[in-house]
Amino acid sequence: MKLESKIPKGALDTKWNDYKSNVALVAPNNKRKIDVIIVGTGLAGAAAAATLGELGYNVKAFTFHDSPRRAHSIAAQGGINAAKNYQNDGDSIHRLFYDTIKGGDYRSREANVHRLAEVSTQIIDQCVAQGVPFAREYGGLLENRSFGGVQVSRTFYARGQTGQQLLIGAYQALSRQISLGTVTMYNRHEMVDLVVVDGKARGIIARNLLTGKLERFSAHCVVLGTGGYGNVFYLSTNAMSCNVSAAWRSVKKGALMANPCFTQIHPTCIPQSGEYQSKLTLMSESLRNDGRVWVPKSQEDAQAIQKGKKTALDIPDSERDYFLERRYPAFGNLVPRDVASRAAKVECDKGLGVSPTGLAVFLDFSSAIERYGKSEAHSKGMNATKEQIIAMGTKIVEAKYGNLFEMYEKISGENPYVYPMKIYPAVHYTMGGLWVDYNLETNISGLFAMGEANFSDHGANRLGASALMQGLADGYFVLPYTIGSFLSKEISTPTISTNLPEFEQAEKACQERIECLINVKGNQSVESFHRRLGKIMWDYCGMSRTAEGLKKGRQMIRELRAEFYKDVYVPGQSNDYNPELEKAYRVADFLEMGELMMLDALERNESCGGHFREEYQTPEGEAMRDDENYCFVSAWEWDDQNPILHKEDLIFENVELKTRSYK
Amino acid sequence: MKLTLKVWRQKNNKAAGQFETYNVEANEHMSFLEMMDVLNEQLIEEKKEPVSFEHDCREGICGTCNMVINGQAHGPQKGTTTCQLHMRHFKEGDTITVEPWRATAFPVIKDLVVDRSSFDRIIQAGGFISVNTGQAVDGNAIPIEKDIALKAFDAATCIGCGACVSACPNGSAMLFTSAKVSHLGLLPQGEVEHSRRVLNMVAQMDKEGFGMCSNVGACSAECPKEISLENIARMNREYFKAVLTSDLK
Repeated sequence: MKLESKIPKGALDTKWNDYKSNVALVAPNNKRKIDVIIVGTGLAGAAAAATLGELGYNVKAFTFHDSPRRAHSIAAQGGINAAKNYQNDGDSIHRLFYDTIKGGDYRSREANVHRLAEVSTQIIDQCVAQGVPFAREYGGLLENRSFGGVQVSRTFYARGQTGQQLLIGAYQALSRQISLGTVTMYNRHEMVDLVVVDGKARGIIARNLLTGKLERFSAHCVVLGTGGYGNVFYLSTNAMSCNVSAAWRSVKKGALMANPCFTQIHPTCIPQSGEYQSKLTLMSESLRNDGRVWVPKSQEDAQAIQKGKKTALDIPDSERDYFLERRYPAFGNLVPRDVASRAAKVECDKGLGVSPTGLAVFLDFSSAIERYGKSEAHSKGMNATKEQIIAMGTKIVEAKYGNLFEMYEKISGENPYVYPMKIYPAVHYTMGGLWVDYNLETNISGLFAMGEANFSDHGANRLGASALMQGLADGYFVLPYTIGSFLSKEISTPTISTNLPEFEQAEKACQERIECLINVKGNQSVESFHRRLGKIMWDYCGMSRTAEGLKKGRQMIRELRAEFYKDVYVPGQSNDYNPELEKAYRVADFLEMGELMMLDALERNESCGGHFREEYQTPEGEAMRDDENYCFVSAWEWDDQNPILHKEDLIFENVELKTRSYK
Repeated sequence: MKLTLKVWRQKNNKAAGQFETYNVEANEHMSFLEMMDVLNEQLIEEKKEPVSFEHDCREGICGTCNMVINGQAHGPQKGTTTCQLHMRHFKEGDTITVEPWRATAFPVIKDLVVDRSSFDRIIQAGGFISVNTGQAVDGNAIPIEKDIALKAFDAATCIGCGACVSACPNGSAMLFTSAKVSHLGLLPQGEVEHSRRVLNMVAQMDKEGFGMCSNVGACSAECPKEISLENIARMNREYFKAVLTSDLK
């Protein structure tokens, strides 16, 4: 199979504009006759559904939630990047493009990333117009902060709830189109299969989660904005129902899964507290603007803290190792996520961890509190005492990060204004996803993928505040143009009938698959299998990987999968509201996706971004990339025995491949 | 810690429901939903039907979870969703009752799961600013006073969970609706269609069968995002203004 990226010719910074001027359009009278299915109503899905509705297409939008406002985009905390250069600190489209390529460790497509940087500025304008209440300065203009891996302030934010505010903006735009009748919304409907007719994606089979009934929906094309697959690890910062099934069902129909081993482990999450734990909670990267990461210098102190005999406050500054500042002086605490996560793991592996399990490091705000307090005292002309300075500084930190501190206290039961937070890396985001070309079209004609569900923009590591940017870029400003490349050829295609044999076969296969799970009637819960899968993934395909471990992990997953189909217990009926059954078919897909991730990680004999192979590291423990042999996208065709690897070579014409350094 | 749970079980919206009693062993670090997970694992082991309840992000932001715990929407801790409530707020031997939201406009689907699509329809009636993709001016072309932006933000933090309706003796959706009216109406971008918005949203709210507001204040007291009653006052004012001064009918 030849993978054609369909990147337009011409200079990097004019490609997108030229493309927009030349891409085939669909006339308004024809748009009315064209149906588009959009699966998922997070940032990408809701934005695309609203925009395509505004343009006049007949949109059918699907979410498994009770409302489109629940999508997990809502939980993004820190912010959204845009190359506005409002701070006059040297930002530009080129710099955002370059930072993203470098941050992704040179494993993403230049043209896609440049386009992302170009449309970033329009996103902010659009969101402001929708009423997104971004943080503002006293002069009434928009405020910015910094995120990891960059040296400018280009992140726009709404306290620690940026994702929520952006999603509500997109949800409102979508609601407006629903009220106008251009979008038909199907809540509590989950895509369980893709229907391909004559090589083109022409519809989906959706399960009505209230009745359990399988329903057929047809369209001229299908767009997936169904998020990432981080929940394959069981414990992650993803919401409980995030899953890979829409993407994986498409893979089963011939779509390629690209770079599945590129997963992001976020450095600042609240550590696991027990075996019963159902998910992990992120503490926003924005905290690293002001928080300093450290562990005790000595193992004796670390052990005393682990046993509860000492607290962070008992360790004097001279006995603390601010290891990110020490190892990466140029970027300090704001190194990219992959780098920060690995550094924390190294310290914990040395026995310097600070929680009872030894798997945590401190994130300390005392310096920031003191700095802000002094500045406040100075501006008020006060000769303040230490207590007054701390009180004033605490207030400022509270204004910046109040909701995050509150969330930390609710979960951990400790006051983070007094005791430093304890944090540990956790699975957060997946850079890999469905292979798409420049049009965001997969190798199945008429099947598109946006946002976290595709692979194209973040390479081997995503920079903070870039997920919201990509989701909205794809949904508002990219797909509505690129979809024309396909739909302009479909204007004479009449409405697709759901009585076609392809629909019938797909529905029958789904019914059988679901009955098969219910009929196992074994003894172990779905949850218990998911936990075991997660443990295997974390142990062998987590923060650091080895060839030996990956081989072993792959074998273990195959065995677990066999056991699942022999001994899983799914209570209830298929034709009923049945959340356990939903979990079961999602976990069944994770059990295959997990194996593919192991295989991809095993095939990629280099370390890059979030993919760290112990065999490939410098003497200082930094990742060692192999541009000569691995500067390509791995795009996998699934096969139960031997998945087939296809390669798309990455060509860098504008950026020089360098060893990524944040020192 | 050993707990006794009295959980509302109801097969569907036509069947009558009843409380069932269960014993659960929890620990203080668990979240309330993790304790419910333990109960469900137990039920599945006994080949009984697990309790249906809705949840997703478990970070207090998606607004999916909805349990009335010991008579209070989202339980005893102020400003906290069910998923963020931890068992350290309960003690050994406690009996805890768990019910779904109770409101005419939120019919029960099964056990603790209710239908909140009426909220979506209120937003569809006018909870937006009519701006198509691509029509926006530069973000900094619309300066907004910091305090106004913060007020709009406070109203915008509503997660649409429905606790306000459940807490209200009249089953009113005034806090939810007024939060959206305030969020958009306070901002200059939303001012243009402000009258139309408030009239349409209030009309939809009434049509859905939500009750009237009688200034009890339970909505705000039990709101996990602590949305202020001030929003209701603002909406009443704006509604009357629109009724009396606007040509819209």
